[in-house]
Amino acid sequence: MNTSVTLSGLKLDNPVIPASGCFGYGAEFAELYDLDILGSLAIKGTTLFPRFGNPLPRIAEGPEGLLNAVGLQNPGIDAVCETALPCLKKLYGKPVIANISGFSLEEYAACARAMDAQENVGIIEVNISCPNVHGGGMSFGTDPRAAAEVTEAVKRTTAKPVYIKLSPNVTDISEIARACEGAGADGLSLINTLLAMRIDLNTRKPVLANLMGGLSGPAVFPVALRMVYQVYEAVKIPVIGMGGVSSAEDVVEMLLAGATAVQVGAANLKNPFAAKEIIADLPRAMRKYGIENLRDIIGEAH
Amino acid sequence: MEKRLFTIENNEKLAETVRGLTLTGDTGALVRPGQFVNLALEGFYLRRPISVCDLEGDKLTLVYKTVGKGTEKLAAMKKGERLDLLTGLGNGFDTGKSGPRPLLVGGGAGAPPLYLLAKRLLEEGKSPRLILGFKTAREVFLENAFRALGCAVLVTTADGSYAAKGFVTDALDRCGAYDYCFACGPEPMLRAVYTRCGTDGQFSFEARMGCGFGACMGCTCRTKYGHKRICRDGPVLEKGEIVW
Repeated sequence: MNTSVTLSGLKLDNPVIPASGCFGYGAEFAELYDLDILGSLAIKGTTLFPRFGNPLPRIAEGPEGLLNAVGLQNPGIDAVCETALPCLKKLYGKPVIANISGFSLEEYAACARAMDAQENVGIIEVNISCPNVHGGGMSFGTDPRAAAEVTEAVKRTTAKPVYIKLSPNVTDISEIARACEGAGADGLSLINTLLAMRIDLNTRKPVLANLMGGLSGPAVFPVALRMVYQVYEAVKIPVIGMGGVSSAEDVVEMLLAGATAVQVGAANLKNPFAAKEIIADLPRAMRKYGIENLRDIIGEAH
Repeated sequence: MEKRLFTIENNEKLAETVRGLTLTGDTGALVRPGQFVNLALEGFYLRRPISVCDLEGDKLTLVYKTVGKGTEKLAAMKKGERLDLLTGLGNGFDTGKSGPRPLLVGGGAGAPPLYLLAKRLLEEGKSPRLILGFKTAREVFLENAFRALGCAVLVTTADGSYAAKGFVTDALDRCGAYDYCFACGPEPMLRAVYTRCGTDGQFSFEARMGCGFGACMGCTCRTKYGHKRICRDGPVLEKGEIVW
């Protein structure tokens, strides 16, 4: 049985990758298990300057999911390159996925340039889909022309594979996907969270200080799967599928829809052993569904 | 942090909307008073963070308020049922920084972690005294448990329906001399105690949490020494680092 997959020349032992923003820089999880079992690891989204993020409350609950409005809290690109990535290197021996975000093309390019110099960065994942920041983030991800411009700006600065992380908060995700591919993207990550809200019945006001937040967890899995299926048909570059992946069966389903690898997000927050358990359970699911090589089933649902 | 299965021994009503939950299981990860556990409930995506009220060997007592559907579900659980806990979360109180006469101030659901704290302080030969504040007589709990430990206890109720009418800060002047302050409760209470108590101290904060162990940045606050995650770097902050 073979669980390995390849993303733009980067060979992963298995397709399971903790998603950005749900795994910090790995330290909390390294106390619980050996991170080297992971296919790769996507670090917390990094911006050019340090960000505190949004006021509290940043978290709300939904049926089979959670809303977050963290707002890209991170120590900034310099601290990530000088401290977080070297620390992570001691905990995790494989190449990581560096998630970057920005509020202008220049900021995206500066982050990508800094990440290009980092030895343990295997892929640069460009977040153009954060629903929780204003004047940046998602605004680049909802317009095909803006998405293409970010892609070009980042591609000019780095030789590493560039994956664009797409927003589900659009009418036609295929159009955005094609625009990124046309601008030179090496792959696509999808989906980011779905814009959502909860209202507190006692206060009669939104629960989140930011009013709205991004919904993730099993509640969004069928939406994510549908979009991975659509994007797989629209482009030739590889897709990393994410959105509510919580079991080995979900991994198989995402691969059938067209994902080459998957990211596990919210599940890590509910069960800190989620990624480890999914990886350990993959051989059982493969036997059950008669799969010898995981890479053989990529896109088989089409 | 550890992930452990615990068995319910008891789940009894202590006051209106307040229940005491006694569990047995591996409590090894809990090393300080003021730490908390994050428990999973079937049918709810997020775990519920609840502070540790008491700890004796493999017996763990949590006191919680039924505030919504999740805690109502927990209130309906019976002896013998199992609960999935992330345990040993948070930094907890550092009793070593307290002098011999610490004051412990608890407001509503903030009172429970002060119980284990009082026990530990007594074990260290210190003489903790308590101020407990509640909204109304029906919500008063733990008063007798603290008295049974041998602690002096002053109770206030906001509506005056039991003991002294007023807030915990109204009792600060008549609680006797103290040389250190531990406080746990809603933020307005913490802020009032912070302003009024003349000593150094430690304050335990509440927050809506995503993971409860420092991964999601869902509960970050500002301090004088940078951003801290209430779940991981807190919930206890030193008085000298708090930024309101």
